Amino acid sequence: MTAQTESPFTDILGEARRRWENLTTGDRPWIRVGTGLAGEAAGGFEVLAAVNSALERQQVAANVSEVGTLGLCFAEPLLDVQMPNGSRVFYSQVTPELAERIVREHVAGGNPLVEHAIGYLGEPTQGPAGISNLQDHPMMALQQRIALRNAGNIDPSDLYQYIANGGYSALNKALTEMSPGDTLGEVRTSGLRGRGGAAFPAGVKWGFLAGNPDPNKYILCNCEEGDPGAFNDRGILESDPATVVEGITIAGYACNANRGYIFIRHGHNQPIDRTRAVIQQAYDLGLLGQNILGTDFSFDVEVALTGDSYVSGEETALMEAIEGKRSMPRFRPPFPAQVGVFGKPSNINNVKTLAYVPEIVARGGDWFASIGTPPDPDNRINGSSGTAILCLSGDIKYTGLIEVPLGMTLRQVLFDMAGGVPNGKSMKLLQTGGPLGGVLSASDANLDLVLDFDVFRAAGAILGSGGIIVADEDTCVVDLTRNLIAFCQYESCGKCFPCRMGMSHLLEVLERISNLEGTEEDLALMRNIGENMQAGSLCGHGQLGFNPVSSALRYFGHEFDAHIREKRHTGDCPDQVFSPRLTRR
Amino acid sequence: MDDATLQLIDRAVNDQLQSTVTVLSSLLAVEDAIGYIPTEAVDAVSVRMDVTVNDVWAVATFYPNFRFDPPTDLRVEVCWGPSCHVMGATAVISAAQEALGLSDEGDTPDGKATLRYNTCLGACAHAPVMAINHHLAGRITPDNARSKISQALTSAPAH
Repeated sequence: MTAQTESPFTDILGEARRRWENLTTGDRPWIRVGTGLAGEAAGGFEVLAAVNSALERQQVAANVSEVGTLGLCFAEPLLDVQMPNGSRVFYSQVTPELAERIVREHVAGGNPLVEHAIGYLGEPTQGPAGISNLQDHPMMALQQRIALRNAGNIDPSDLYQYIANGGYSALNKALTEMSPGDTLGEVRTSGLRGRGGAAFPAGVKWGFLAGNPDPNKYILCNCEEGDPGAFNDRGILESDPATVVEGITIAGYACNANRGYIFIRHGHNQPIDRTRAVIQQAYDLGLLGQNILGTDFSFDVEVALTGDSYVSGEETALMEAIEGKRSMPRFRPPFPAQVGVFGKPSNINNVKTLAYVPEIVARGGDWFASIGTPPDPDNRINGSSGTAILCLSGDIKYTGLIEVPLGMTLRQVLFDMAGGVPNGKSMKLLQTGGPLGGVLSASDANLDLVLDFDVFRAAGAILGSGGIIVADEDTCVVDLTRNLIAFCQYESCGKCFPCRMGMSHLLEVLERISNLEGTEEDLALMRNIGENMQAGSLCGHGQLGFNPVSSALRYFGHEFDAHIREKRHTGDCPDQVFSPRLTRR
Repeated sequence: MDDATLQLIDRAVNDQLQSTVTVLSSLLAVEDAIGYIPTEAVDAVSVRMDVTVNDVWAVATFYPNFRFDPPTDLRVEVCWGPSCHVMGATAVISAAQEALGLSDEGDTPDGKATLRYNTCLGACAHAPVMAINHHLAGRITPDNARSKISQALTSAPAH
């Protein structure tokens, strides 16, 4: 304990706790409004404006904060009211009119609007009559929130709120009690596998960089989340960016690196602004920069922006974009741990991977390793520790962002938690792990798949970044496959011609089949194109680019047959085929 | 080009706050400041970064978010990525085209509005998604796409 009381962190923590206490148990109610990307799309900013003007007009004193997303995106705009010494009541799908009533009746009058509440959080004794515990909501009940522990609860732009809730105790612990090697060891022990798609063990990857003696080394955090249907990286950065900033700092300490970049697509303002805000505060508090917390460890972090380019999420293309160039993949070797960004040794991790790191260091690698699926060498299962951070969208009752232990089945996630397909329809397929992940039929066998990187791979799908798009019985698989390939065509960077030309060619063939003009030879032609793309492309975009077609043929070959042989559609295909084309020059 | 715009370009290129300044970061700063990349900005970036104008054009033409003529007052973006596609984006795109009198993405002939297709606007849980002047709106139907666009067209300032 002596070491800790000497650390400047004690003072910072004291100030953070004082502020938090004032906010949560002071004499003012605290109103939080979800204004992340999902909140914005549902009207969160209009609700925020209505709250502020109602408080002013009715002369009610309250603290108001913008928060990211609690994850219950279907319920956005989500607004919650925490009364002094009382519980916290959440209102879903709030309109500006309802916000005004909530201010008048609940915030000023002390009477929650029971009929509009989705639940409360806090001690059961604090739950207002007639309102159920939000933890009992199916979307919340089975969650285990590690990376999302603060999402929706703290003001993401206020570093003190993060610190008051346990933030930066891990960095303080690492700097005062652990060597860089010990820190790396905890991450190795945790079994943490990269959450960007490849599921490579993070501790091993860090080890490559840690072993490089170069005095200038970089840690890169990848939030170029181009996968449609995946919004967890942006969800974390807009809800709790500080956990990623602390995570990248710890990675820097463990790998003896001195500089970090958090890489985000231009135009996504909430993640960008909020990440920049906490980085600035971390500098002000001595948690970044020279001699962090009075130790001899120094580390700088900044946000780097990219233009619209899906491929810039590929690790070497990302380095090109950070250097300000066209984001096209590089040849490997040399690998990033030898020659990375600006020619210096670099390590790249996904947002989710780094978001786990503070809790792993604070609670120990063994704790993290105890969550998830154990290894099973007989079936080539390496084990997947920790949680899956999943994004549910499409034809599903409850859409949103959830964090569940790995090892849970898809059925539990899609039916027990997310409520299945609405309107009495049946589930036809899942599109997982981004466009390159292809499709998975919603068969009984597939719904029984457990969330595990290797189990998914064996089933021909990718758990990858965690996006799950659900499609119901009305969806035409040929049409969806065409859409996926149109996406891949549009986003091909153009460097490798098997990918650039192959995607365009595949799209042409799929449009022909969609329009009932396909021929028997088209299936063999697509396979031929796909093999060439796989063999002749530098990065996953081309190598995996045939996945959407091959997985669709594997599970739904009969729908292709119906289009080609029987000249009939197999779902509610739009009359007009729509696929914008882009060839990057 | 007027002096005020030249000054905005100069400031965008030369007063960037972050410590890593690149061709791409400079172009993004210009886009934020004036909404497009004129040749004057390409020149300014090439001077600031000490690279050729060809190097700057190479980057600018790679990323489809950059445009090279002045923006219109109303920017409508519709997502066609798989989440939005499953939830009916094709019909929303047709409705947006109809409301703007366009048959593809691009500017309207009167120069008042722009339609852009986007591969992911980031709010998949509220698919289909559109954005009007960078403000997201989710769970869009063809009908409310039409009404949001015509409302925005009437409230947009005269060009």
